[in-house]
Amino acid sequence: MADLEQATAATGPMAAWTPVRQRHRSAGGYLFMPVLLALACGAMYVYVSSRELDSIEARSLNAATLGTAVREHVQLTALSTVLVILVAVPLGIVLTRPFAARVRTPLVAVLNLAQAVPTIGILVLLAVSFLFLGFRAAIVGLVLYAIVPVLLNTMVGLEQVDRTVLEAGRGMGMSRAEVLRRIELPLSVPVMAAGVRTALVINVGSATLVTYINAGGLGDVIAAGLSTNRLSIQLVGAGLTAVLALLIDHLAGIAEDLLRPRGL
Amino acid sequence: MSFLEFLQTRSSDMVTLGLQHVAVVLVAVALATVLGVSLGIATYRTERPREIVLAVAGAFLTIPSFALLVLFIGPLGLGATNVVVALTMYGLLPVLRNTIIGLRGVDPAIVESAMGMGLDRRQRLLRIELPLAWPVIITGMQVSTLILVGGAAIGAVVLGPGYGELIFAGLFRVGTEVAINLVLAGVLGVVLVAVVFEVAFHALRRLTTSRGLR
Repeated sequence: MADLEQATAATGPMAAWTPVRQRHRSAGGYLFMPVLLALACGAMYVYVSSRELDSIEARSLNAATLGTAVREHVQLTALSTVLVILVAVPLGIVLTRPFAARVRTPLVAVLNLAQAVPTIGILVLLAVSFLFLGFRAAIVGLVLYAIVPVLLNTMVGLEQVDRTVLEAGRGMGMSRAEVLRRIELPLSVPVMAAGVRTALVINVGSATLVTYINAGGLGDVIAAGLSTNRLSIQLVGAGLTAVLALLIDHLAGIAEDLLRPRGL
Repeated sequence: MSFLEFLQTRSSDMVTLGLQHVAVVLVAVALATVLGVSLGIATYRTERPREIVLAVAGAFLTIPSFALLVLFIGPLGLGATNVVVALTMYGLLPVLRNTIIGLRGVDPAIVESAMGMGLDRRQRLLRIELPLAWPVIITGMQVSTLILVGGAAIGAVVLGPGYGELIFAGLFRVGTEVAINLVLAGVLGVVLVAVVFEVAFHALRRLTTSRGLR
C-alpha cells in the first residue's frame, strides 16, 4: 500500500493538467514551437487567400473579425487566469496547513469528481437558470471551472516540499509563518508557476465555448463555421484556436523556466 | 414540471444517453491506454524519443477539445468516430506519462536480479516491470477517464453521443422552463458517469494490482 500511495502522490491527482516539462532546452528547443505555429498560420493564410470566398465565408474570414475574436479570446483567458490564481493559490496554502489535515482527503476526493462537471455544463447552467450571459458570465464560468485543477495542483505541490526541510527550519527557531514564507513558498514557486500554466491552458480551451453564451472569442468563428456548414471557416477558427493555445502554453513554459529558483 | 417529474418522463432517454456516454469514454480510454502504454514501453529508456512523445501528447491536451473536434469534421465527418478519435488524443498524455513514470520508478536492483535469474528483456518487462508499474499506470487511466467524461459532453457539437445532447438541447431553449431541467439532467448525468467510473477503477485497481503491492 505504501508503494501505491507514493506512486499516486508522485503523479498527483490531476496529473493530466500538469504541464510537460522539458529539462534541458536549447535555443532551438525554444524556437521550434513558434516556427511551427508560424508555418501553420502561413498555411491557413495561403489556403484562404487562394480560394474564391463566398459572402458567408468573407463575413468571418477577414482581418477585422478574426482580430476581434483573438483579442476577446486573449482577454477572457487573461482575466479568468488572474482571478483563478488569486482564489486557488491562497486557498491551496490554507488547505495544506496542519489544521486542515482532517478534511483534506475527503475534500480532494470531492474536488476530483467536481473535475468531471463539464465546462459547457457550467456555462449553460449559468445561462439557463439565471439568464446570465455575456462576458461577465463567461468569466464566472471559466473561473469556477479552472479553480479545482489549480487548487489540486497547488496542494499537491506544497505537500511535496520535503518535511525534513520544514523541520530543520522549525529547529532553527523559525515560526510557522516564517517557515511558510522563507522555505515552503520559495520551494513551491515551480508548483505555482505550473499552476498558472495549467490555468492558462484550461482557460484558453474553455474560452472557446463561451460563444454559446454570447461572450465572443475564437469560438464565435468556429461556431459560425459549424452553423453555416463552411469547412473553410471551421478550419481557420479551430486552427487559430489551436495555434493560440499552443503559443500561450509555450510562452508560459518559458516563463516557468525563468521563474524556477536557482539551485532547483 | 419539477426536475424529478422531468427525470421520470425522460427516464428511458436518460438511460440511453448514459450508456452512450459510458461507451464513447470507454472506447477512447481503451484506445488511449493501448497507445499510451505501447509508446511508454517503447520510449521510457531513451531520453530523446521519450521527450518527443511526451511533448506531442502534451500538445494534444493543450489544443482545446472544441477546436480538435471541429478540425476532424473534414476527415472524419460528424458523429461518434470523430468524438472517439479526439477523446483518444485528449486522453493520451495521462496514460503515457504515468506509464513512463511507473516504468522508470522500478528499482533497478529488482530488474538486475531478474536479469540474474535468467529472464530475458521481454520476460522482465511482462513479469517484473509492468506489474510493478501497474498501480501508477492505472492512476493515469483514471485521470484520463475523468477528463474524457467531461470532454465527451462537448462532443455534442459534432453530433456525438451522450449527455452533452441534453446540455445543448437546453441551451437552444434558453428562457423556457424545460431548459433548466434539460441542462441539469445533462450535467448530473455526466457527474453520475464520472462516479460510476471512479467506483469501477477502485475495483479494477484492487483486482489487478499484484498481491505483493497491495
